[in-house]
Order: sequence, then structure tokens, then C-alpha cells
Amino acid sequence: MNSKKRSKPDSPARFAIGIDLGTTNCAIAYSPINPDPLAAPGEVRLLSVEQLVAPATTEARPLLASFMHLGSPRDAAAKALDLPWAADRDFAVGALAAKMAADAPTRTVAGAKSWLVNSRVDRHEPILPWNAPADVQKVSPVEASVRYLSHLAAAWARAFPDAPIEHQKVVLTVPASFDASARELTREAAIQAGLGEELILLEEPQASLYAWLADAGDRWRRTVKPGDTLLVCDVGGGTTDFTLIAVAEENGELALNRLAVGNHILVGGDNMDLALAVSLRESFAAKGINLDPWQSVALWHSARAAKETLLGLNPPEKHPVTVLGRGSKLIGAAISVDLDRQTTTKLLLEGFLPENAVTDGPQRPRASGFREIGLAYESDTAITRHLADFLMRHGPSSGTPAQPTYVLFNGGVFKASALRQRILDVMGHWFGPELAPKPLEGEPDLDFAVARGAAYYAGAKSGRGVRIRGGTARSYYVGIETAGPAIPGIARPLRALCVVPFGMEEGDEADVPAENVGVVVGEQTTFRFFSSPTRKNDKPGDVITSWSEPELSETDSIQTTLPTDETAEDDWFSVKFRSRITELGMLELFCESRTSDHRWKLEFSVRDDRPDGGGT
Amino acid sequence: MSIAIAFRAFFRAMVDRQFSDQARCLLSGEVPALPAAAGPASKPVAAPEPRVAAPPAQPRRSEAIELLAVLQREGRLVDFLTESIDGYSDAQIGAAVREVHRDCAGALERMLALRPLLEKSEGDRVEVSADAGALRYHLIGDVSGAGPHHGVLRHRGWRASKIELPRWSGDAAAANIIAPAEVEL
Repeated sequence: MNSKKRSKPDSPARFAIGIDLGTTNCAIAYSPINPDPLAAPGEVRLLSVEQLVAPATTEARPLLASFMHLGSPRDAAAKALDLPWAADRDFAVGALAAKMAADAPTRTVAGAKSWLVNSRVDRHEPILPWNAPADVQKVSPVEASVRYLSHLAAAWARAFPDAPIEHQKVVLTVPASFDASARELTREAAIQAGLGEELILLEEPQASLYAWLADAGDRWRRTVKPGDTLLVCDVGGGTTDFTLIAVAEENGELALNRLAVGNHILVGGDNMDLALAVSLRESFAAKGINLDPWQSVALWHSARAAKETLLGLNPPEKHPVTVLGRGSKLIGAAISVDLDRQTTTKLLLEGFLPENAVTDGPQRPRASGFREIGLAYESDTAITRHLADFLMRHGPSSGTPAQPTYVLFNGGVFKASALRQRILDVMGHWFGPELAPKPLEGEPDLDFAVARGAAYYAGAKSGRGVRIRGGTARSYYVGIETAGPAIPGIARPLRALCVVPFGMEEGDEADVPAENVGVVVGEQTTFRFFSSPTRKNDKPGDVITSWSEPELSETDSIQTTLPTDETAEDDWFSVKFRSRITELGMLELFCESRTSDHRWKLEFSVRDDRPDGGGT
Repeated sequence: MSIAIAFRAFFRAMVDRQFSDQARCLLSGEVPALPAAAGPASKPVAAPEPRVAAPPAQPRRSEAIELLAVLQREGRLVDFLTESIDGYSDAQIGAAVREVHRDCAGALERMLALRPLLEKSEGDRVEVSADAGALRYHLIGDVSGAGPHHGVLRHRGWRASKIELPRWSGDAAAANIIAPAEVEL
């Protein structure tokens, strides 16, 4: 009753498609599927995405900016936001929307992906743009993701009209730090966008490693050896994501096992550009020049270019930054300052990659009683402190950090090669020159590795080719209230029952042995739900009675409604839990009756707008 | 070397029918059809090109306007060229040019990917064959005879290696607008 029959496509998939749904940019890559499963995976190419770059103007670009501009009636009347495949549009995604983020910020959705993991808000509610004026037709974080993915699907349909995307092998990437409910929401958005029920989710750091494996060919087996640990260090525009992957030997073959993933860290390259832009604005202010908001945005773009030049290969000592005049008088109103390499390097390296000790984790501010519900931007921007924290949590024993042998860099930030070197240097200080991690050799493709790796994985999954094994990156727990006499004003103590162990693999099921849990029939039952990236030894049925906040974090609660059974004597069922990771990598949880063979699926309660809350 | 190849070709053409056919093609200047290679299994399958949607038969506005609109939007080129530079110092102009240059060059690379016509260094000796077109080679100085001509490369020439202009879908009334007026509320 719980496994839906999926409609099989009439013809076998012809393409493996990888989609990178990024916080600031999306990309789509594809490769032909070779009918011979023993043959090497096909060549991977990027698909250019036609998008609005100006009103009534489209152009094909390799990246689709993950921004959405909600147009005014004027835009619709002028058909300014129409696409060749969609008339009467009142919104735009891509390059034009990214530009509008500066011109009309209250009508532009940015960072929708980071909202997907924000369990303080209902992600089906139209809440974006956050703080938009009342006349703007807001959208939900899920809907924003649907629109980005629909645009990519439309680009595919125009390029390959005889190969419908829902019948191809599609792999969509998510941050490794996404928990089960954020993954569920991503998958839901993808299915709504028409990517097909067979869609597979892959963690972004793994995708970038697959891209490296695809480029390295058989050379990778000579590069790494059993016992090595690979650190994937992925710093995107707005987020930082760490993953550790171990190299092992199984049956005489090298195997890759994903060991650990980090928390969702909201700091990235955009923060660096902004920091540089703010310091530039101060230099202008010192000259008596105050910039208007439009010029500040121009300054942000110039800051990014300056960062890539001054922290790149063979940097000049000075880099002039000019902000052109706002109106049509360009030269007369242009203003410029010189950025020198030393101050810029110091500003960015000390601010974002300081040389901290490995035992020196991120500084967390004391939480104030009230907090705005926006995105949980990191208060500590030091990526190296977050890295230290990550390695300490996942070391071989308490107090000993994990020591990676190799580092794979990903994300546009690392076009500034000095940033790569700094991370290597800092780890060199931690572990000593002998054990200093080395970069994985090869020319990194910082913007497109995730999409290309996803397409490679989609193709390799059916045929031969190395796979990274990992299973779930977290263990999951259902909160159970302790039975006992109620004390007014005090919540019953909560215990956490482990239902999914760390590393549970696709296709695995776990029967959760536990004492009886009573569920009332006929009304909605909600369980609090927790996850942990660090408790790797808990088994299904283990009960934790006390924990500290970072060890176990609460995520969306799960719920179900048991149907009323006329013949039953009691109005509640005694149930136990069963968990399952589907072949597509999705986590499913069930309540099973102890007296009959009924079971009911538990759903994440983010689906507030769904009329049917639970199982069948 | 050539003699050795000539002998090998001679004997193989005597016994190998397919080779003999290919050799005949080669001698008559055609490219011989190679036998379909039973490629090694490890060679990746080439990904097919996406089908590019056919451009509309008649562009809805002049491509010259379209190009200028891009260069203005991304690099402020029209502002730069229409502003009088008489009153400014070289340093002032230089500072502005740096921005205009970076952004316009980026847009041109993306849309037209300009490449030198000849991949040689200026100053190198080059030969211009007798049948090379006058539109590809501009001969300077004492031009006589049918060629081939020998001379020094003075300018490498430019060509667009692709043409990928944005597609515009606005109405006829706006067709000549290069940049809209901007009004801040």
C-alpha cells in the first residue's frame, strides 16, 4: 500500500542528465547513454540555457542565475518577460533577474535554496521575497525552486525535443548538509517541474569528486591509495560545504566511502566580495565621495574582479577600481581608487581564512531571546574555523582531528588561487609539513564540476564506473515523551529514539526495536524529529536521554493520521517504527501496528498545504 | 622516406583492393573514405549537439542595434563613445576605459569569439597562394603577377568564430532603442 507503482517510460533513457541547483547559479550537463553497459560513460557536455538577459531579450548562457524577479503589470503589458516558449510571463529567472536584484531588491527572490533548509518557516508558504511590499505576488521557497528547474527543463525540451526529460536518467544535486526534509522538498520541486519520478538526488561535494574522477580516468587509481582521506572543500557564492571521503580496498579494488558531511554553513564568496566592497566604499568616503546604491552594486562586481586578480596567479601590486558615472556622462563622473594587493589579501585572508588552531572552532554568539526569522547567516565568517570544527568532530577519536590526505576544491571562490593555497597552508600548520594535505591534481572546473559530475554519475550508475558509497550522512531520531506523572508547567522529558543509523544505504530497511509507542487513531499524530551528523554508532532502537544542542538538531516534525478502525476496541494503536532508504536515496518512515500487518507512512510536516496529511 | 612509402604503397595497392581505392582518391586530391573504425570500447561516445532552434527568418530589429545594446548594457560603450573627451585628462579617460574595455571585451568574446585570421606572429614571412581570395588577404605594396606572393605579415586580421547575438522580441516601436531611460522612484 505504500510503494506507488511508477510508470515506466516506453523507451529506454538515451541521456544521463546532471542538474546543479545552486544557491546563486544553476547548470545542466548531459551525456549520451551507451547501450553497452561495459562501455565507458559517454562524453559530458554542458547545455546552454536560453534566458532573459534584458527586457524582451534572450540569450543562451551556460549558467542560469538562481534569482527570480517578480515583474509588475507594466512588464507583462510590454511582454518584457516573455520567453520563446512562454507568453504572458509576469516573472523572470536567470541573468535579468540577477540584475534586477540590484535595481528592485524588494521584487527579487534570491537564495531560495537556503530557505529550503530553514525549518523556522513553512516552505510552502509564499514568503519570498522576504519583506516584500504587499502588492508583490510572493512565492514559496519550493515554488521558486520549481521555477528554476522548470526553466532548465524547458531549455532541455527545446534542445532535445525527441527525448523528454522525464524519461531520461536525471540526477539533481543537493548540498551534503541538506537534511531529510530539505531533500524531500527539493525532490518535490523537481517532480513538480517535470523532471520525472525516477529522479535521483546526489550530494554536491560527491558530484564534484565524480567530475574529478571522470577527468582523471584510470589515473585516479594511481593517485590515491587505500587509507587516504579526501576532503572536498566546496565554497559557493553563499554556502560552504565540507565532505570527507575515505579510500579503501574491497576485493582488490579501490573503493570510495563517504565518511562525514558538515553542517549547512551560510558563508561564501559573496561575503568576501561584499567585505571588499564595503572597505572600498570607505576608501571612497575618505575621498569625500559617497556612493549611491546603484554604484554600490557596481562596486560589488568590481570587488569580485579585483579579488580574482589580486588573489590570482601572478598578481599585480595594485589594482585600480573604478566606478563609472551613473548617468550617460561616464568619464566625467567616474571615480576610482587603487586597491593594493597586501591590504586586500590581509582583509580577505584574515577575515575569512585566518590561521586558527585546529582546536579553535567557530565563535558562536550568545543567543539573544529574540531573533528575526530570516536566514541563519553565520556570525563567524572564518571558513578555516568551521573547517577545524568539522575535522575535530569527525576525527578518529575525541580530541583528534580527521587528517585529510588530499583536498578537492570546488566553487567559483577558488578562482582566486591564493585562497586555495591559504587553506592548504592552514592545514599544513595543523598537521605539520609531512602530513600537509595536497590538492588533487588536475585543472579544477570550479563553476561546472557539480553539474558535470552529476551527469557522469547518472551515466555511470547503470554501467561500470566507480561509485562513492555512503548512505545517509546523518542518523535520525524520533522524539518520544517519557511516560510519568505530569507536572504542571513543565514539559515531559524527551528521549530520542534512533530510527535511522548513520550510513544506512539505499535499499536498506531497519526494523526499530523499541518499547510500545501508542498512537491515537482518527487524529493527527506528530512526532518531533531530530538528526545528528556526528553520532555514528547509534543503532535503530537506541534511546538517548540527554544530548547537547549541536550534537542533535531538531528538524521538521513528522506526522501521520491513523484511520479509525470500527472493530478495534481501543482508540489507540500500539505501534513500532520501521525506516527505509529507497533505491532513489529518499528516507521513508513508517508506523507499524503490532497487532496487524498495517503500516502508515510518516510525512514531514512541511507539507502544511497538502489536504492529505499522512498515510493510506 | 618517400621512396620507402612509395614502394610500400605500390605493393599494397597490388594486393589490397580497398587500399588501392583509397590511394586513387588520394592521387586525385579527394579525401579517401576511411573504413568505419571499430573503435576501442574505452573511447567515450561523443555527446550530440543540442538542436538549436531556428532563428526567426527576419530579425525583429537590426542586429547592429542589438550588438550596440549589448555593448552599452554590459560595457557602457555608447555612453563612452558619445561623451566628449576633450575636457578630461588622460588619467581620467584611462580609468574609465579600464572598465569599458573589460566588460566590452567580455561581451565580444561571448557573442563573436573574435580570433585572428592568421595564427602567425606579425612580422613573420608568409606565403599567399595564387588562389587565396582578395577578401582574405589584403596585399600592400608592389603587387604584380598572379602569385603565389611572398611578404611580411603586417596585421593578422580578425574573424568572428561564432555569431551568437541575443534574440530580441520587443515591439516595432521599441526596435531602435539601444538603452531605456532609467527613472529611480
